[in-house]
Amino acid sequence: MLEIKGLKVKLENEDKQILKGVDLKVEAGKVHAIMGPNGSGKSTLSYVLSGKDGYEVTDGAATLDGEDLLEMEAEERAALGLFLAFQYPVEIPGVGNMTFLRTAVNAQRKARGEEELSAADFLKEVRAKAKTLKIDADMLKRPVNVGFSGGEKKRNEILQMAMLAPKMCILDETDSGLDVDAMKLVSEGVNALRDEGRGFLVITHYQRLLDHIKPDVVHIMADGRIIKTGGPELALEVEKNGYADILAEVA
Amino acid sequence: MAALAKKQEATAARLAEMAVPSGGQWITEAREAALARVKGMGLPERRDEYWKFTRPDTLVQSEVAEAATFETGEAPLFDEIERLKVVFVDGVFDAAQSDDLSAEGLVIERLQDVAGADIHWAKDLYGKLELKGQDPVQRPLAALNTAFASDGLVIHVTGKVSKPVNLIYKHAETSSDAILHHVIKLDAGAELTVLENGPAAARFNKVMEVDVADGAAFHHVRAQGRDHERRAVTHIFGRLGTESVFKSFTLTVNGRLTRNEAVLELTGDDAVAHVAGACLGDGDFHHDDTVFVTHDALNCESRQVFKKVLRNGAVGVFQGKILVKPGAQKTDGYQISQSLLLDEDSQFLAKPELEIYADDVACSHGSTSGAIDEDALFYLRARGVPKDIATDLLVMSFVAEAVDEIESETLKDSVLARLEGWLERRRD
Repeated sequence: MLEIKGLKVKLENEDKQILKGVDLKVEAGKVHAIMGPNGSGKSTLSYVLSGKDGYEVTDGAATLDGEDLLEMEAEERAALGLFLAFQYPVEIPGVGNMTFLRTAVNAQRKARGEEELSAADFLKEVRAKAKTLKIDADMLKRPVNVGFSGGEKKRNEILQMAMLAPKMCILDETDSGLDVDAMKLVSEGVNALRDEGRGFLVITHYQRLLDHIKPDVVHIMADGRIIKTGGPELALEVEKNGYADILAEVA
Repeated sequence: MAALAKKQEATAARLAEMAVPSGGQWITEAREAALARVKGMGLPERRDEYWKFTRPDTLVQSEVAEAATFETGEAPLFDEIERLKVVFVDGVFDAAQSDDLSAEGLVIERLQDVAGADIHWAKDLYGKLELKGQDPVQRPLAALNTAFASDGLVIHVTGKVSKPVNLIYKHAETSSDAILHHVIKLDAGAELTVLENGPAAARFNKVMEVDVADGAAFHHVRAQGRDHERRAVTHIFGRLGTESVFKSFTLTVNGRLTRNEAVLELTGDDAVAHVAGACLGDGDFHHDDTVFVTHDALNCESRQVFKKVLRNGAVGVFQGKILVKPGAQKTDGYQISQSLLLDEDSQFLAKPELEIYADDVACSHGSTSGAIDEDALFYLRARGVPKDIATDLLVMSFVAEAVDEIESETLKDSVLARLEGWLERRRD
């Protein structure tokens, strides 16, 4: 599904190499986790894949179902089925959450040559999905993320993910800023979306999120590279001993 | 003084080309007094402090620059609203296109008819608020209007009027030069909503004087739009009595030059005055909001909320002042002027001012200028919203605070639809 080969990325306005050759393959139906110390390039990887400006790919490739992601605009990648759950969801005053969601859903459908959802069908679907995430009518009406708590923002991300039904979901530190209950709720939302046709890439600092969202594969990233790959036990090892041992091992 | 003498001389020469309309005694007195005011002040020049950001030449000179009419293909604004229509074509009342002017709770007369009378209640208002608004800042184009306007409406509101009065300004002749002067008097406890829309003329000078008595409420929603080459200078003068409400919102799109002045005086305790505006400028577009709010009573609230979206070299100007007079304690004043510059060719010039002579007041003001929020843009695009639509959403988000000043949801929706239509027409 998602295939990254030898991806090298530097900042556009600065001579700073951030990704130094990332290789990664996420298969449909699998959950991959990326862990790693601060500054290892995890968030950069998620931004580059989803098409944020400010980065320059100097080498390598990234494809989704064989299509070259790096040549596409952010909205084209989204329409192809790539979704990034933001670490810091952006507040947009003056744009209703519902309007935003409907605009996004229909823009993607249009880009794929599908018929747009009617207002009634959209409303029905969004209400049902919001309910399972404990998102009330008021949150749907309010401007996008404005005045939302940390937990509400992350739940709103998952609601968007559920409505857009992407093929490949990247979750960038979705656990940051969440208390235990909120993490559980968000994880349940993610788990409900696990499907054999869908891949997940979960970026996190901590093992605890992976207690709720059980990964199939765990990668350790450091200094712009994947330095170790293993099963869920790798996350437990990090939790117990930190990154020092692994870093020393590969050095 | 040499400069003033020269200015007065130029003004006298310019005014000699114009004729003060004939009328009854009361209006002739008002017009002659206004004429003397203009001659004394002189018409605005580029050197004038108050006209530093906006060139007055084309508003003042004899020749009217031509302005083509422009059809957007959209249904006229406020068409879906139940209202009383009053149509002016190039600044002349058109009875055939207007509704019957009689309605419950108010008396609408035409200035031309009222002007023929020897005496009329309007004598206490016509040119009076304009005169008061000349101090401390001179507004010669408003005095010019008082002296030379021959048409307009004189409205006396005696009760709570639910149906808005919609002044529709049509533009037909490419070099029309229109002057309109409206006078609106709201009795104690009366209520009225006035809607204004349409390009009006190639050059348009409009004054509206509104006296809002104790406990009365005046709502005003205006859209100045469409014709790309039109020019306009408008003044709204308002006096607010105790516990009265005055709320005005203006949407401006297109037009080569627009200067909107609002001069409001809160004279009774617990009064509320809001004046807001949103403008979208693309290319050869210069929009100036000049606002002066005077607090002269206790516990009054005023808000100035102005948002400007500018691109392709468009220019936005904001000159806004809150003056709190001695003794106007517990004043709550707020002023915000912001611009969203969609490219580096556009500019926003702002002069926010506070002048406060009372010690127990809360006044805040802010002025910002910025580009589109790249993080928000990426967020929208990452959800699949194409860049042009995402940008439009952020533009709508930016102007929301100003549009929210419109109290009626129906009117707000009409204005928002108009904004969306304008943005949509400009998508690639």
